[in-house]
Parts: sequence; C-alpha cells; structure tokens
Amino acid sequence: MHGTGTASTFSRRHFILTAASAAGGLIVGIAAAPDSARAATISKQPWNDNDHAPHEIDAWIAIDPDDSILIRYQRSEMGQGSMTALPMIIAEELQCDWSKVRIEYASSTRSVRENRVYGDMYSHGSMSVRQSQKKMQQVGASARERIIAAASARWKVAASECVAAQSVVTHRPSGRTLRYGELAADAAKVKLAKEPAIKTPAQFTFIPRRIPRVDLVHKTDGSAKFGMDAQVPDMVFAAINACPVRGGKLKSVDESVLSGTPGVVRVVKLENAVAVVATGTFWRAKRALSRLQPEWDVGAAGSVDSAQLSAQFRAALTERMVTARNDGNVDKAMSGAVRTFEAIYETPYLSHSPMEPMNATVNLQPDRLDVWVGSQDAEAALGAAARFSGLKPEQVHIHNAFLGGGFGRRDANDDIAQAIAIAKVVKRPVKLIWTREEDTRQDRFRPHAVVGFKAAVGADGMPTAWSIRIVTSSIYQTVGIPFPADKAEPPAVDCLESNGYEVPNTRVELLLKNTHLPVWFYRAPGGNQHVFAIEGFLDEIASASAIDPYLMRRRLLKGKPDWLKVLDTAAEKGDWGKPLPRGSGRGIAICTFTDSLCAQVAEVTVKSDGRLKVDRVTVALDTRHMVNPQTIAEQAEGSVIFGLTAALFGKITIKDGAAVQGNFDTYRMVRLADAPRIDVHLVPSGGDIWGGAGEPAVPPVAAAVANAIFAATGKRIRTLPIMDTDLSTST
Amino acid sequence: MVTIDVNGVSRQIDIEPDTPLLWALRDVIGLTGTKFGCGIAQCGACTVHINGAAMRSCSVPIGALDGAKVVTIEGLSPDNNHPVQRAWIDEGVPQCGYCQSGQIMAVAAFLKTFPKPTDADIDASITNICRCGTYERLRRAIHRAADMMRT
Repeated sequence: MHGTGTASTFSRRHFILTAASAAGGLIVGIAAAPDSARAATISKQPWNDNDHAPHEIDAWIAIDPDDSILIRYQRSEMGQGSMTALPMIIAEELQCDWSKVRIEYASSTRSVRENRVYGDMYSHGSMSVRQSQKKMQQVGASARERIIAAASARWKVAASECVAAQSVVTHRPSGRTLRYGELAADAAKVKLAKEPAIKTPAQFTFIPRRIPRVDLVHKTDGSAKFGMDAQVPDMVFAAINACPVRGGKLKSVDESVLSGTPGVVRVVKLENAVAVVATGTFWRAKRALSRLQPEWDVGAAGSVDSAQLSAQFRAALTERMVTARNDGNVDKAMSGAVRTFEAIYETPYLSHSPMEPMNATVNLQPDRLDVWVGSQDAEAALGAAARFSGLKPEQVHIHNAFLGGGFGRRDANDDIAQAIAIAKVVKRPVKLIWTREEDTRQDRFRPHAVVGFKAAVGADGMPTAWSIRIVTSSIYQTVGIPFPADKAEPPAVDCLESNGYEVPNTRVELLLKNTHLPVWFYRAPGGNQHVFAIEGFLDEIASASAIDPYLMRRRLLKGKPDWLKVLDTAAEKGDWGKPLPRGSGRGIAICTFTDSLCAQVAEVTVKSDGRLKVDRVTVALDTRHMVNPQTIAEQAEGSVIFGLTAALFGKITIKDGAAVQGNFDTYRMVRLADAPRIDVHLVPSGGDIWGGAGEPAVPPVAAAVANAIFAATGKRIRTLPIMDTDLSTST
Repeated sequence: MVTIDVNGVSRQIDIEPDTPLLWALRDVIGLTGTKFGCGIAQCGACTVHINGAAMRSCSVPIGALDGAKVVTIEGLSPDNNHPVQRAWIDEGVPQCGYCQSGQIMAVAAFLKTFPKPTDADIDASITNICRCGTYERLRRAIHRAADMMRT
C-alpha cells in the first residue's frame, strides 16, 4: 500500500473550508499591506464556489449592510490586469468607495443557468476592456440609479434631488444622507423605467487612475491560487505523453515495466496519448511515465522537417493568392519604376510557453463535473467540458483560477479534454499536469510565415508601390472558425494589410498552407511576425534611398496625427539621431494593433565577436483611452520582453514530424541579464474607440531590434530568430 | 522516512527518497506557493531556501534533506512584510504572478550575500525566468529591497 494517505490533512481541510465558504468566507483583507496597495481586495482564490451572494443588486454587484461591495469580474486574470480594470469601470459609474470593493470571478455555470447574464467571458485579443467598457459602465450606472431611486423613495423626494458619491446618497436640498449598505436591499427591487445614459470619458472622475492591481499582494506571498494549486480530497495525479507527431495515434505500450511501482494506479491509453495515474504525488506519475516506451503510428507526417516546410512555403510565394488589399495599380507602377527592391522575410513556429504548464483538475461524478483550471474563457471551457463528459452544461462547474500566463494558449481546453478522459477511466478526482516538455511540444504553435516583398521607388527615393505576398497557416482552420476561402483571414494579414503608410499602389495577398502542425492565436497574432517583416523591409528601402528611417516613416504617415504622435514620441524619448559609439545602433518600428498604436526605438550594441545586447527600448503607446495607466505600462514592458524572446531566441524546429525543443534549456527565454531598460510613454489620443493594451507593444520590438542591428553592423536580419545569424564583424 | 523543518514546523515525510522537494512541498505537505515550471532547475519558479541557501526544489531529492531547514514563500515572513515582498508591492512587479514566489525567494537569499548589489551582480545571480517580462520592475524592486534592508 503506497501513497493514498499522502494527501495531507492540510489539503483536505483547505478544500473543505473552500467548498463550504459562503461569499466572503475566504476573503482576506490586505490591512498588512502598505498604503499603496490598500484598495479593493480579492480572495486568494479568485473563484467562489457559491455563485450567489446574500445582498445582490444584480448578478454583478452585491452590497452588504456594512457597505462592503462585491463586484464580479467575468473574464480571466492572466497578468493583463483586467480583473482590476473592469471593476474600476463599474466603480466609475457606481460612484462607490473603491476601498470597500472586493472582486471575484463571475461563475460561468450561473451564466449558463441565467441566460448568459455575464455575456462573453473570454480574455483574448486585448478585448477585455474594449469589449466590456460600455457594458461595465451600464452595469455600474444602472446600480447607481437604482440605489438613488431607493433613497428617493425612502425620503419621498424626487430622484433628481439626490446625488451619489463615495457610496453615499445625499438629498441635496435637505443634506440628508443614506449609505449604499442601507439602500441595497431596496435597490435590488427597483425596476428602472429606462436605463440611464453612461458617462462620456470627459465626465469620468475615477478613471483613468494609476492604482495597484487587485491581485498584487496575493502574488507576493504564494497565496494566489492557480489552476495547478487545486486540491481535491482523494485526488490522483496524472502525467501524459501525447504522440510527438501531431495527428499520430498510440499503437502500443508495454505497461509491464511499471508493475509494482509505488503509487502507480494504472496506465490509461487514449487514442493519441498515454497517461500514467498515481497516488500521492505528481512526481510518481511523471517518473513512471518516463519509463514507458510507447509506440506511435505517425503516418506520413513522420518525415516532415523544418527545412522542407520552409522550402515549401517559400516556393508557394509564386502561387495564386487571395487578395486582402489592392490600392492603385501595383503592376503598372512597378513597370515604370526608377528602381525596385525585393526581399523575403521568414518567421518560425513558436510555442506559447506560459510559466504554468497546462493542467486541469477534474472531479467527474454521474450528475456533476467540477473542473479547476486557469482558462482564458470559462464559458467556452464549460461548454467543452460538457461535450467531453456528456453532461449537461448546467451540471458543469468551472472553478477558474489565476492563470500562470496565457498568451492565447489557455483558450483551447486540450488539458480539460484529457483530464476528463482519464477521470472516466479511473473514476476518481484527477489532477493532470503537463511536463514542460509536453507543454512545449504539444502546443498549438504560432504559425510559420514567409512574406515576399517587392517595392518600387520614385526619383525621390520614396516608395511608390509595394506588393506584399504572405504564405502562412490558417489559425481559423485549427480553431474551427468558418471563414470564406476567397477572403483573407484577418490574423494572417494583420499589420500588413493594416499598415499605416500612404503608398499609392499597395497590394497585399495571402496563401494559406496548413500542415500537420496545429497553429493558434499567439499574443498579437499576425502582428507578432508581420511587423518584423514590413518594418524591416521599409528600413531596407530607406537605407537604399539614403533616407533616415524615422523621416521616411514620417513622410509616409503624413496627415495621420495619431500615428505621427507615437512615432515622434518614440523617436524623441528614444534619442533618435543622437550619436552612439561604434558598434551600437538604433532602430525604429511602428504598427497599429487592436485599435491601438505603438512605436518603439531599440538601442543595441554588437561586439565584434557577434555578441548582441539590447540596451534600451523606448515605447510610445496610444491605447486611445486608459482605465489604469499602471497596468497598461506593465503590459507594454512585458510585451517588449515577450516580443524580444521571440526575436532573439524563439524557434520551434520540426524534425521527423515532431517539435525538437522541449524545455527551457533548448527553448530559450529572455532572462534578467538579457533584458533591456524599457521606458514606456503613454499617449492616449481619445476618440470614439478604445484600444487594447495587452498586445500592441509586442509586434514592433523584433523590427526595432533588427533595424538597430543593421544600423550597428550593416547586417540585415530577414529570418528570425536573430540568434541564428552570425553578427560578428571580426575577421 | 525523512524529517525536515518546513517554515518552522517539523515534518516527517514518508515517500520515495528520489522525490524532489518540490512535490513533497506541494503534494504531500500542501504548500502550493512553490511552483512547478520546468522540472530541470532552469526556470527557478520552485526556488526555496534550504539551510538558508536559495535552491531549485524541483531538482533536490527529499532523501538528501534529512534534518534540513526549508523555508518556502509561505514562511518567508509572518505578515508579507519581508523587505523583498514590500519592494515587490511598491514597484508593482507581478503580472500573472506564477514565477514570483521563486523570484522573491531567490532575491531574498541573494541580498544576504550582496547587500548592495550592482546591476551586474543581479544579472549574474538572478536567472529565474519571468514569461510576463516583469524584469524592468523586478530590477528596480531588488534595488529598493536592498535599500530597505540597509536602513
């Protein structure tokens, strides 16, 4: 007998406490934290197993008699800060005391039961704020007006004589006041004749405001609960190894090598994977799995490698394509051009590699399924879990946790599917964890892309025409999003089709070639590779025309004040044009992404032996509006590092049909020593639309760095990652 | 059977001796603040203090730790008031937060050896991976924590 007793009494107690907690049962104040963090609070675990609170005004807001306010947050928190930003928008309209607010996740099960009361629950596409802003304002405004209506009824006065501020309603003529906590029960019964108008940004008094994120403190003491931290009584642990060649099947596996291994419950064979289930620790399952030698049926994909894929994609540049954009007459302009240029840019497959490997914990019972997971979309996860288990959606409970990074990866539910399949066999609660190697190799990758450019320049050296031809893979096909074949799938052309330059003859075309490798949304899809290509190629034109790259961009963006503002800000703050020592250089790049604008200036030093240091990156970011400049700046800084990892090191190599890289020793990440100094300048331009914050600073960095390397060395990088190019200048 | 002191509590751990400390902490004792990121001592998400030194617990077998004194993020300070934790809050370091237990434990040990670190000292010693890319604030927070500890 091994292991079944090792799930500690600690964890059982924790779970029981968790499961039994009513709203607020596990809420932990942060009185011990410094003043800078004393604000709204959250629980160490962001989900609440009780999805109804006693003093609800509606599904979003509950106000207790002591004035404490619960605000439910319907999306995910993966570091992007929206768990702080969305409740801030509600608080703006609610006119409440932010220090009395606590926040927890909304329940996707409740949303299913109550006619999608929480609407879309996903966090991707930098859409949490920009797709929820009006709705969050309406939620806050509606509650505020109902509270005011409750006060005016209590006082028998006109609602127009009452104002709400800082969680207090005041009757202006008499000076009488009532606290929100005294009015909430009545407010819950109020039906408004019509919904109140929401504020315009000019009327905001609370946002934009630079305040600490609500999850800050719990992320400094180890208490924040991630999916992997779920603890369920009597759970077993599973480690899994799926066929390394995607699309392949499990042929056979000899289980006898594991007989008598401590804690091993059983081997579970799935169609395309083998899992080992063990009691006590995940380590037992992982170690036992490593002793199995499964045989796979990999088919023709088993002979594919990166060199072949690259050659196929490059050869396809001459094939017939779908037109995404066609301004003027490119062919005519080319034929009469003073000079033309051509270049091909290539970017590889990438793994998302969030710090928390994929995992899911499930408890599958005949009439109920509980899933503890960090998901970028708790509603989609619920639907998927219902399909995988065969239960009804309302029988599924997703306990969404903090996400240890997402970047698009935690949107696919592969882990949930496997955990449910294993639970069906072992009939016990199961915590499935992917090893880092599994997480890298079984990713749904950032697509491989090849972009072929041809440009014509006039006598003044400025481009008069360009043709941009893209060969990449369809993310929509992997995801299952229907899209017409004669149209260009947006992420496959993003930032090329939407480049801001006024080139009179512009044609952008696309060919989608899917391979056996699944591809997926990856922080700043399309932009994360296309901006490297177009901004590098434009730099080539500037160089050949002997025009300063910044000034060439200025001329091509004439008449676009918002573009020029971010470009000029990055150039000015990034010391564009100031002298640098030999071996150093600056590069510039700009793009629009998720309705925001971002320009960056990178400064690099290349030693004669080829060693590269990115010294400094200056970011100018226009998100149009801002809720919390603090978290926006954090996102910009992090985006630069994320984009830099891809630019410098990122590459998934395919050999014999499988991903070669596995762990961080072979799939390298930027670390502190590699990190440049980053200065972020936020320059919101206002207007009707709201821009995203989580992604737009990712795309420019690779181009800015590559262009800086050219300035420093004269070497032009057209293929990522940069580490594959010898930058040495010594002989 | 191995006896270790974890955050001041004596624990008897009866598990295969090659089990890494990480999994004993997370799965046997139930302290989940220490994170699994790579399993090969590359990323540092699992960093704890063993007899005062920062170690990557995914690669330290429990069998080698009889009598050892282990401190995890949960035991670094009674009230989240260690200078490194305070500096992390003041500078707003965490984003997703997953790597931060390991970062904080690595820095807390580092500052004992380097009370007045240079950027070069930091680069050489703090090698934990943060995929959110919080390095800009992390570096500032290290200097801030060092200042707090000296005053």
